[in-house]
Amino acid sequence: MSEPIVWLTIFVLSVFVGIEVISKVSSTLHTPLMSGANAIHGVILLGAIIVTAHASGFALVVGLVAIVLAAVNMVGGFVVTDRMLQMFTRRRAPTKKEAAA
Amino acid sequence: MIPTWAQLAYLICAVAFILALKGLSGPRTARVGNLIGAAAAVVACALPFLYLEMDNLVLILVAIAVGTAGGVYGARRVQMTQMPQMVALFNGVGGGAAALVALLELEVIVARDAVAVGWFVLVATAFTVVVGSVSFAGSVVTFAKLQDLMTSRPVVFPGLAVVFGGTLLAALVLSGLLVAEPVMWIGIVLALVGLGFGLLLVLPVGGADVPIVISLLNAFTGLTVAAGGYVLDNTLLLVAGTLVGASGTFLTLLMAKAMGRSVANILFGALKGGSTLGSGEASDRPVRSAGPTDAAIMLGYADRVIVVPGYGLAVAQAQHTLRELVDVLTERGTTVDYAIHPVAGRMPGHMNVLLAEAQVPYEQLREMDDINGDFKDADVVLVVGANDVVNPAAKTTPGAPIYGMPILNADEAKQVVFMKRSMRPGFAGIENELLFDERTTLLFGDAKETMGKLLSAVKAL
Repeated sequence: MSEPIVWLTIFVLSVFVGIEVISKVSSTLHTPLMSGANAIHGVILLGAIIVTAHASGFALVVGLVAIVLAAVNMVGGFVVTDRMLQMFTRRRAPTKKEAAA
Repeated sequence: MIPTWAQLAYLICAVAFILALKGLSGPRTARVGNLIGAAAAVVACALPFLYLEMDNLVLILVAIAVGTAGGVYGARRVQMTQMPQMVALFNGVGGGAAALVALLELEVIVARDAVAVGWFVLVATAFTVVVGSVSFAGSVVTFAKLQDLMTSRPVVFPGLAVVFGGTLLAALVLSGLLVAEPVMWIGIVLALVGLGFGLLLVLPVGGADVPIVISLLNAFTGLTVAAGGYVLDNTLLLVAGTLVGASGTFLTLLMAKAMGRSVANILFGALKGGSTLGSGEASDRPVRSAGPTDAAIMLGYADRVIVVPGYGLAVAQAQHTLRELVDVLTERGTTVDYAIHPVAGRMPGHMNVLLAEAQVPYEQLREMDDINGDFKDADVVLVVGANDVVNPAAKTTPGAPIYGMPILNADEAKQVVFMKRSMRPGFAGIENELLFDERTTLLFGDAKETMGKLLSAVKAL
C-alpha cells in the first residue's frame, strides 16, 4: 500500500469511530461534549511544538504565538469542561444517597 | 523520523482520546472521560521533548506556560451563562494555531526541495491554512455576537452572495496554485482569504442559530488538525482531529435536528435573502399583565405546575430563587417539573448545566419529548426568561424563522404565566403569539427581583 492510502485508511476509520462513540449522547450532555471535543483538538499544541523546535527569526515568533493559542485551547478547554461536569456530579451526589436509603 | 516507542505512545494517546469521547457521551462517565482526554493530551505534548532536539526549549516552555495560564484563567473565571462564547473562543484560537502551524510547515517545504513533497501534502497544507483561518475568524465573530459586542442579528448586505462565492472561488484557485507551485506568499494570501471567508460565513447567521455554528466550526477545527497531522507526519494529530471532526459534524446535525433546521439553511438562508430575519421590534398589542401577588395565587393553588426556564433566567441569576420557589410549591403539595427544551439556553444542554449550578434535583428536569404530553394537564405553566422555545409560530406560521422547530407545548396549558423583562422578542427576533393569548398573564420586571417577590407572595399565602 502506498503511504497516502495508509493515511486515508486511518482517516476513514477514525471518522466512523468518531461518529460511533458519541452516537448515543443525550441532549443533556451536548454542551460538555462539544467543549470536551473542542479541548481534544487543542492537541494541535503538539504540532505547534514540533514546528517551533527548530524555527528561527520571524518563524520562531509565529511558532510561539501558535503554541500560546493552542495551549489556551487545550488547557482552557479541559478545565472548563471539568467545571461544567463537576456540577452534574454534585447534583448526582444526593440522588445516590437517596437511592441507598 | 519519530522513534517507534514514541509512535506507540502516540497510539496509546489516540486510543485514550477515543475513550475520552466515549466517556463524555454518558452522564456517569463524563467527568472521567474528560480527565482521560486531558491526561492523554498532556502526555502527547510531552513526547516531542523526549525525542526532538529543541533549539528553543526555554521559549517554548514559556509560551506553553503563558497559554496554560491564559486558558486556566479564562476557564475558571467564565460564568456558566457565558459558556457558549467561551467554547467558541477556545475553538477559534485552536483553529488559528493550526493555520499558523501549517504556514510554518509550508515555509519548511518551500525551503526544502518542494518537488520531493507529494501533492497530497500540499493539498492538506492548503486545507489546514484555509479552514483553520475560517474557524478562527468565524469563532471570533460568534464570540462577538454572543458577548453582545456586536448585534446578534444577521448581518447582510447587497451582493453578499456574490462576494461569498468570489471568496470561495479565490480560496479554491489559490489552493490549486499552491499545490502547483508551493511559495510562501500564496500561503499567506490563502490565510487572509480564509479569514475573510470565516467572517462572511458567520455574519449572516442569526443569533438563535449561533450555537449550531459553534459546533460546526468546532468540527472544522477538528478536520484542520487532522490535515495538519498529515502535513506533519503525525498520526495522533490525524486521529484526534478526525475524531473531533466526525463527532463534531454528527453533533451539529443532532443539534440542527433538535431545532428543526437544516445546517445548509442556517448557513446559507440569509444569503438567499431567506427568513432568518425577524422584526426585532417590540409590539404594542394589548396584553394581560399582573403583579406578583396574582401570580402567586395562581401558582399556590395549582395542582400541577410546569416551569419553562430560559436563558433570561440565568442571565438574571434567578435560578436559585426559582429553585426555592419550586421547593415551597412542592411543600404545599403542588407537583412541579422543569420542562427543558433541548436548545434552552444558548447551546443544547446549556440549561441543564445552569440548573445543575443552582442544585435543582435531577429528577425534576424533564426533557421535551418526555413532558410535552403533560402540558394539557398543567394548571399553570411558568415561563421564566424563555420565549422562542414556547412560541407556537414554530407550529403554525410556515414563514417564521423558527418554523419546524419542536417546541414545548405551553400553549396547551390552562394558564400561562410569562415572566418577562419587556415585550422585546426572543433571540430569534420574532413575536410570540402566546403572549397575546387570553390564558396568558404577563409578569414584567427583572427575573430575579420578580422571582423574589413571587416567592414571598407564595410564602405568605
